[in-house]
Amino acid sequence: MCLAVPMELLEIRDDGSGLAGLSGATTACNLSLVPDAKLGDMLIVHAGFAIEILDTAEADKRIALFEQMGEEADEAGL
Amino acid sequence: MKYLDGFRNGKAAKALTARLKAAGERLDAQGKTVQFMEVCGSHTMAIARYGIRDLLPDCVKLISGPGCPVCVTDTGYIDAAIDLGKQGHILATFGDLVRVPGSDETLAQIRAEGARVEVVYSPEGAVALAQDNPEKQIVFLAIGFETTMVPGISLVKIAAEKGLDNLTVLCAFKLVPPALAALGSDPEINLDGFICPAHVSAIIGADAYKPFVGPRGVPCVVAGFEPLDVLYAAVELAEQAADGRAELVNQYNRVVKPGGNKVAQAVVAELLELCDEPWRGIGVIPESGMQLREAYAAFDAVKRFGLKLEPGRPHPGCQCGEVLKGKITPQQCPAFDKGCTPTHPLGPCMVSSEGSCAAYYKYVRREAGAETMEVSK
Repeated sequence: MCLAVPMELLEIRDDGSGLAGLSGATTACNLSLVPDAKLGDMLIVHAGFAIEILDTAEADKRIALFEQMGEEADEAGL
Repeated sequence: MKYLDGFRNGKAAKALTARLKAAGERLDAQGKTVQFMEVCGSHTMAIARYGIRDLLPDCVKLISGPGCPVCVTDTGYIDAAIDLGKQGHILATFGDLVRVPGSDETLAQIRAEGARVEVVYSPEGAVALAQDNPEKQIVFLAIGFETTMVPGISLVKIAAEKGLDNLTVLCAFKLVPPALAALGSDPEINLDGFICPAHVSAIIGADAYKPFVGPRGVPCVVAGFEPLDVLYAAVELAEQAADGRAELVNQYNRVVKPGGNKVAQAVVAELLELCDEPWRGIGVIPESGMQLREAYAAFDAVKRFGLKLEPGRPHPGCQCGEVLKGKITPQQCPAFDKGCTPTHPLGPCMVSSEGSCAAYYKYVRREAGAETMEVSK
């Protein structure tokens, strides 16, 4: 039931609903639970409703941490 | 896609596996074996799909919890839905529920016999059904945890605004924290920590797990669904267990805020109130469910149709209840891969795409089918 994949908000329609997409696939979504969502935001969509906006700064920090761990693993010969 | 690939970095998995091994050696030195529960069905699926269990030291166990909403839906609820379908009403449901056995049959079987059972992707699909079929009563099968509760119940507001009088919901919403409390206090289960669900936590907030940590608690880690998310959570839990700590860590802070989604919480507070709720295999947990408030009784299928939900009769060979409580693994059920398969499921854990038995059947039973990251232990 949980779609873990963040999708980009591509369009906000006149009725307040949104169109979110990933790699060419798109889906309509209800934006009532994320009133601050703006075009280009990455959304977590669940059962047709955007339930949260991905904090890309936090995501980038975590990805950088994992990259650093990977480099250290390489240096340690793991 | 950066926000997926960045969490599937095989080199980082090697580093995390080394940390797990080190934590395992410290636990071994203390003579401890620990078991952590992944509460959410999507975590169960990720753990099986990426072969995370193969990376754990022998003294660290991951057991699956009750976090698949279809799996914990009581048999009696399915029976009530089947009765409504047979009476000629249109049932709108998420797809997973269609093949879950009730006491005698499934929604798929009554659909084959002519009942209208319509699968919807979003609860808004039920609104469209109500508009397209004004002469019919539409009943939305509203199951799910905190995440699905808000979309599920939003259709009541939409129906009220549109003046639709042929749409009701049959609620069986469930709350995660009361289930954690029930499982955490069960002496037969003996849990040493929780991997807390990702998207439930997006709604309720990471702070909801504060009561479970501390001097008399266990470590709780909120984790996302990508393989490194789950592995990192296992490392955090194992290191805390080795240190004798029990702290709350929100590793999914790219989505989960400490206080959760306040807009969603306001929708729930307006429409729903606490109720005692039956969980398949666990029994009734006090104040672990949500039902419509009296002001919205007109949209409650139980009230409109005068339903009385009775406890159902699960298949006697089905041990989903024991699986859901983490007391046995799916492979320890005598029916697993014998009388019970995804084609002929005896219980919901084999039906749902998030069910533990389905995850084990798909990824663990046939090792060659498992997608694993290339990591040496």
